[in-house]
Amino acid sequence: MTDRDSAIDRLVGTRRLRPIEALPWVIAIAAYFLLPQYLQLGTQILYTILYALSLDLLLGYTGIVTLGHAAYFGTGAYTAGLLAVAGWHEPITGLLLAMAVSGLLGLLSGAVILRTQGLALLMLGMAVTLLLYEAANNQNAITGGADGLQGVEIARVFGLFAFDMYGRVTYLYALGVLFLAWLLMRAIVHAPFGRSLVGIRQNPTRMLSIGVSVYRRRLVAFTIAASLAGLAGGLAAQTNQFVSLDALSFDMSGTAVLILVLGGPGRLYGAFIGATILMVAQDTLSKDDPIFWMFWLGLFVIALVLFVRGGALGLLDAGMSRLRKLRGAP
Amino acid sequence: MVTLLASILFTGTAYAMVLYITAVGLSVTMGLLGIANLAHGAFAMAGGYLMLLFIGKSGMPFGAALVAACIAVGLVSVLLERLLYSRLYAAPELDQVVMSVGLIYVSVAGAQFFFGPLPHSLQLPAYFQGQPTILGNFSFPVYRLFLIGFGLATFLVLLMGIERTMLGARIRATVDNRIMAQAVGINTRRLFTTVFALGSVLAALGGGLGADMMALTPDYALAHLVYFLIVVAVGGLGSVRGPFFAALLLGIGDSACRILAPQAGAFFVYAALFLLLLVRPHGLFGRA
Repeated sequence: MTDRDSAIDRLVGTRRLRPIEALPWVIAIAAYFLLPQYLQLGTQILYTILYALSLDLLLGYTGIVTLGHAAYFGTGAYTAGLLAVAGWHEPITGLLLAMAVSGLLGLLSGAVILRTQGLALLMLGMAVTLLLYEAANNQNAITGGADGLQGVEIARVFGLFAFDMYGRVTYLYALGVLFLAWLLMRAIVHAPFGRSLVGIRQNPTRMLSIGVSVYRRRLVAFTIAASLAGLAGGLAAQTNQFVSLDALSFDMSGTAVLILVLGGPGRLYGAFIGATILMVAQDTLSKDDPIFWMFWLGLFVIALVLFVRGGALGLLDAGMSRLRKLRGAP
Repeated sequence: MVTLLASILFTGTAYAMVLYITAVGLSVTMGLLGIANLAHGAFAMAGGYLMLLFIGKSGMPFGAALVAACIAVGLVSVLLERLLYSRLYAAPELDQVVMSVGLIYVSVAGAQFFFGPLPHSLQLPAYFQGQPTILGNFSFPVYRLFLIGFGLATFLVLLMGIERTMLGARIRATVDNRIMAQAVGINTRRLFTTVFALGSVLAALGGGLGADMMALTPDYALAHLVYFLIVVAVGGLGSVRGPFFAALLLGIGDSACRILAPQAGAFFVYAALFLLLLVRPHGLFGRA
């Protein structure tokens, strides 16, 4: 087989679903039956995965380092929340609108942000988030300001399933949305468009010289990522039936980056692993002492950057290849 | 009307000087080391809190406390540069950002643990507390006059230092072309450590002197980060002169917004920033 054939084979091969890719979904469904008392946390993990997954398209695939992704999550959350408060209780159209509004914001802000790079890009991303944070904080009458947006009532999903107090419907609803979004993300990153994003990350100049409009592709990626973050935000607003100002905070932006670094960026599943680890750790450790949590999280992250590049999945890869080498040796 | 304008200009300039002193340190370290040190504000905060400690607990005079705080922060920064930052000079931007975020978290947690969540401000000595009335009915606090003078002096010293001394020449050479600088015999490794310490000391100076205007809270490093970044991005990376004018623009613009349209907060500042970077992505004074 020639090199060319094997390269094509490898590219096509990654698009095929492997059995291991069913694992997150098996775990998620098993958790539904085995851990009924943790369904609320489970729902939070599901929308956080979706949120981190949306950032992976920028950070991991396209190589856009931003600390302002909360802007789109928060916009989606407030869109879905405000729709429900205003009397539009139907959840699925609510989510679609949240996606649309966040996507539009992503397109507009991305058109400016992506003209810059490095430091200026980081700063503009943060400035967008801060701008929205201040706006949400000031418009008490509409957003509830620092108290958060209350009274988010959601109608039955498909007109059939009401959100129950045990969080069963909520969990399955979030799981369904995440599954669809994952299918979409998977299709995008394995499509020629997704491969060109990786090319842009690796060498923008070369992509430009082979005739790719780098700016336009980055902007499309930014818009998709923003609308998926909006979807995650809308899901958060609907499942919590509440929107807090934290949705637009720096912490929210930072969390997504940390999750990807923890799980492994540019891997599609880094978001799943990172979000689960971070949320479970936060739930058990930060309850009693948030300051303690923040301190150790900070130290842990520094150690991670210095010693373990590529996150959990990177570690797994390194372990696997070492194992293979051991087995290969006589 | 005249009083209002004078007030905006005066408060804005004093604020700008504090911003400048802290942000110029960031500009030089980032320009030279090429590292996205988002935790720069943490050094400023450390300077402020240390002064608080020295003045409150050990009763040091203001000036001595400032010097002591700067020295302490400088020593810590040398340690951090050797242990952490130097490993990331060639790393991807993502790693640098994540490490800075980690440092910010540690600094927030540390400050809250030792000094509590409430904002602190420094007790100014008696000779700084006066408010002589000039210009009709408007009074200028002495301390802010001092800040303006001190900021100007810092600017001039840095400018002369960068343009007239050997160290300055080495720094400029290394900012322009690191490999060439190394090839002509500049010890860039030691230069990096020196410059990082210098940047951190400037941060501590700004944090200590500016505690009067930018209250010390645990989330200081985050709360003011965007403003420091604006000064650097508009002023141009690695420059000493650009950030001075950028800080003046930002400081006066910000005061004008706060006094004329308090509801809008920093809205106009961000809007102006967007327009500016749309037209000039490398800032007003930066080089492409």
